[in-house]
Amino acid sequence: MIEVKGVSHDMRGQAILRDVSLSLPRGGVTALIGPNGAGKSTLLSLIARLQRLQRGRITVDDLTVGACADRDLARLLAIMPQSSAISARLRVGELVGMGRYPWHGGRPGAADHAAVEAALAQFDLTGLRQRFLDEISGGQRQRALVAMACAQGTDYLLLDEPLNNLDIAASRQLMALLRVMARDQGKSVVIVLHDINYAAGFADRVIALAGGRIVADGPPTQVITPCLLSGVFSTDARISVIDGRPVVVV
Amino acid sequence: MIDRFVLLFGLLILSILGFMTLGAEGSWSFLLPFRGAKLAALMLVGCCLATATVLFQTITGNRILTPSVMGFDALYVLVLTALVFGLGAAGYAALPVPLLFALNMGVMTGAGLLLFALLMRGGRGDMVKLVLTGIVLGLLIRAVTTFLQRMIDPSEFQTIQSASFARFTFVDRRLLAATALAALPALALAWRMRFRLDVLALGTEAATGLGEPPRRGQRQALVLICVLVAAATALAGPVSTGFAGPSSFFGLVVVSLAHLVTPSPRHAVLLPSAALIACIVLIGGQTVMERLLHLATPLPVVIELLGGLLFLFLLLRKAQG
Repeated sequence: MIEVKGVSHDMRGQAILRDVSLSLPRGGVTALIGPNGAGKSTLLSLIARLQRLQRGRITVDDLTVGACADRDLARLLAIMPQSSAISARLRVGELVGMGRYPWHGGRPGAADHAAVEAALAQFDLTGLRQRFLDEISGGQRQRALVAMACAQGTDYLLLDEPLNNLDIAASRQLMALLRVMARDQGKSVVIVLHDINYAAGFADRVIALAGGRIVADGPPTQVITPCLLSGVFSTDARISVIDGRPVVVV
Repeated sequence: MIDRFVLLFGLLILSILGFMTLGAEGSWSFLLPFRGAKLAALMLVGCCLATATVLFQTITGNRILTPSVMGFDALYVLVLTALVFGLGAAGYAALPVPLLFALNMGVMTGAGLLLFALLMRGGRGDMVKLVLTGIVLGLLIRAVTTFLQRMIDPSEFQTIQSASFARFTFVDRRLLAATALAALPALALAWRMRFRLDVLALGTEAATGLGEPPRRGQRQALVLICVLVAAATALAGPVSTGFAGPSSFFGLVVVSLAHLVTPSPRHAVLLPSAALIACIVLIGGQTVMERLLHLATPLPVVIELLGGLLFLFLLLRKAQG
């Protein structure tokens, strides 16, 4: 369970998050939505200790973020940041292999190789494994980064806008895969999404943030309403219900 | 990859053999320890500078930087100039060698650590700011050095000039031992960091996510860099610079060659490969210059020239790509 209690965050005097509290029980896909600058990415990077916590407390299972050993947290929680500028010149296979580092500390064993193979196969990257990251398309790169986070083999998986650069087929495939992982392997997936329709289609729970506060929290059908679109996103797009799930008509 | 290493080892042994045997006149009981000490000094300096440059490039995430950009070599020349200025050339020459070494080593390590401590204290380990500040400080140090040199007696200036290029002509045995004592543990620690360096090379966020806090790794690497560069410079003088250029290209040449000969993102490959190439360049270069061409030009001058060209090439290629 990820427990966020009273977290506030400032950046140069600007409040990014204001007293956010939420708890994410194990299992399921949780989508964070909200307009630009709502604090979604900041919340995610605070949970994954990419930024230092200023006020409040975050725990992941029995580990307290900021106080626990980095290696322990890396075995429990993996993050794919929004702008993963990988500075080293790596092949796809090598990048995905780095995901196993928290487990082997540099000396991969048979189990690590198997996990990397599985992740490569899952994300359809086996044919690209020998290619360098700067030689493949943005979408393929994105898939490689998600595969790296999956190879880390953690119970919690945080993904910041993983659908960037992905075409519709790859986006649906990735979301479906995350659902399967959450259902069959009991993983907890927290994902920042821009496209509300993907949140409605694939998430079990949707949390909407605006102005650094949580403004709505619940199953997609309850959260994604015309009221949310006009109040939070300031747009008057229509919502129609197809097959029992809300769809934003853009 | 293995065959590349075999090739490098072969080249190293060849250059060592050439260095030890070519033009050998006189008794071996004299030549062996004499040339042996020089050989050890060359290898030590090569390993130190190659390792320091690899570490520096990894933590800055930049393949065209070397530690001497930060003005390490300049600090050595400043200490030298200040001593000659204060004591006079005769006084400087009378200084005991171990004292001079300890002084150089202490000032360089201390100043490097001070710079890093000051800059890293501000919370965020901003590497770009660190490097830029280092460059500016390097310029300041060089300016002060030049100012002191203007005020020195021209004949005393000769002392500085001859001492501020790397010299491998004569090696003090005690100096060699002291350098090894400082450098070998640092080299061993760098080798122990090899897997962590692989992760640090991915960038700040990826490294954090994998449980390898970048700030701690950067700090440790910077300490090692300070010790390695200080040890190499205190033993041999700055490899390149002198008064000519703003940066030393030796590390750059060596690490670029290592990337070319043994292309791998793993530091377990890069560190030994760069060290081997550094030894080959220094020993082989010294052999060719001294024994085959009978040139009096110091090796660093040649390295500087070739390194400058390589630096330009790397910059231009990066600008195009």
